[in-house]
Amino acid sequence: MKYLDEYRDARIARALGAEIRRRSTRPWVLMEICGGQTHTLMRYGIDELLGDSVQLVHGPGCPVCVTPLETIDRAIALARRPDVTLVSYGDMLRVPGSETDLFHVKAEGGDVRIVYSPSDAVQLARSQPGRKVVFFAIGFETTAPAHAMAVLHAERLGLKNFSLLVSHVLVPPAIRTLLSSPNNRVQGFIAPGHVCTVVGYRDYEDLVREFRVPIVVGGFEPLDLLEAIRMLVMQLEEGRAEVENQYVRSVQYEGNRPAQEAIARVFEVADRKWRGIGPIPVSGLRLKDKYAAFDAECIFELATVCAEEPAECISAEVLLGHKKPTDCTAFGTRCTPDKPLGAPMVSSEGACAAYYQYRRHLVSIASRG
Amino acid sequence: MCLAIPGKVAQIVEKDGIRTGRVQFGGVTRQACLDFVPEAQEGDYVMVHVGFAISVVDREEAERTYALLESMGVLADELSPDPAPPAES
Repeated sequence: MKYLDEYRDARIARALGAEIRRRSTRPWVLMEICGGQTHTLMRYGIDELLGDSVQLVHGPGCPVCVTPLETIDRAIALARRPDVTLVSYGDMLRVPGSETDLFHVKAEGGDVRIVYSPSDAVQLARSQPGRKVVFFAIGFETTAPAHAMAVLHAERLGLKNFSLLVSHVLVPPAIRTLLSSPNNRVQGFIAPGHVCTVVGYRDYEDLVREFRVPIVVGGFEPLDLLEAIRMLVMQLEEGRAEVENQYVRSVQYEGNRPAQEAIARVFEVADRKWRGIGPIPVSGLRLKDKYAAFDAECIFELATVCAEEPAECISAEVLLGHKKPTDCTAFGTRCTPDKPLGAPMVSSEGACAAYYQYRRHLVSIASRG
Repeated sequence: MCLAIPGKVAQIVEKDGIRTGRVQFGGVTRQACLDFVPEAQEGDYVMVHVGFAISVVDREEAERTYALLESMGVLADELSPDPAPPAES
């Protein structure tokens, strides 16, 4: 367990791993939703620690990965306009659209800026009244309150040159889609801790009731994830299906009320397409009509082009937990983080990218010819 | 992308009607909006995501988490606005 050895709580982690192996009477299939959690599992070799007692599959919880190709193309089209400053989180720049990515548009002279916070984009709009500043607002529930506050702040400042290109997705509808699939094999979920810090975990109770599947809200550290896995295994072995909270130091049942109020003021639930999966009903957020003046889709005429993913990419099956990244014939050869074919390889938090980064030694590329 | 980073609220100021904190992440200081954590005071530790504090956590937890994230090399991604150049293809 060479990865875990670097971790100072390795002894406790091993004890938890042994407990999980002892308690498991069959190889339960568990899914973590969040790409940050996938990263930790791979980084510390937690799946190897658990052996055959648990099979970990990786969910669609990387917002960079699931932002649709068409939306990336729209951001690129905006960035190419001479009157627009496109502002984005850094990890969106290298995500390929159907022809190019934002980094290359920037290199060609497009005004593309990277910020750490949407507040920086508001300040940019304020300091450059002659530019139309568009913020590329992607993310799950964790990021939504920040984007809502950016709109409210811009409104309060009377800014007419600030807007959002919104691509917001929600976790519970994705879990519902997974569980409704006839091919589903996931028996328990680790819910994402920072999403639940914002929205709480009330919504997950409906999923537990409807599908009789255990869900444990988990943190991002190795011990958090091992503890969440142990709690899921205990529920499965005892025939229980409940929502439990492992990440109590950050997550409360009701979540963060002020953050939820900001989301509710600015956004409403909408259908969204997920890259690699397809459309999921009521699975995202869009700006309310009241805030249309801050909606880049309303302000600019953006063509809707339907772009196709490469046929060889099995991202849908990876994102739905049906297959592992290493099941793909293109993994590590025709599809790498430098030249990704599909959603889970485009961001470092995607499952394929995490496998590539930490597990490459296990894949015999040569053996594939 | 959905990681929140723990930091210490060094100072709270009112800026454009927004309750803003100067938050220390190890040696790096960033401004963070504190509107979602009205209970946070100077000296408290908060979890910050894209410039917004989303929860208050205790000091010991915060320091432990910070050390771990630092060792995982994810802090640069979360705190730095400067992207690395694309790999040559």
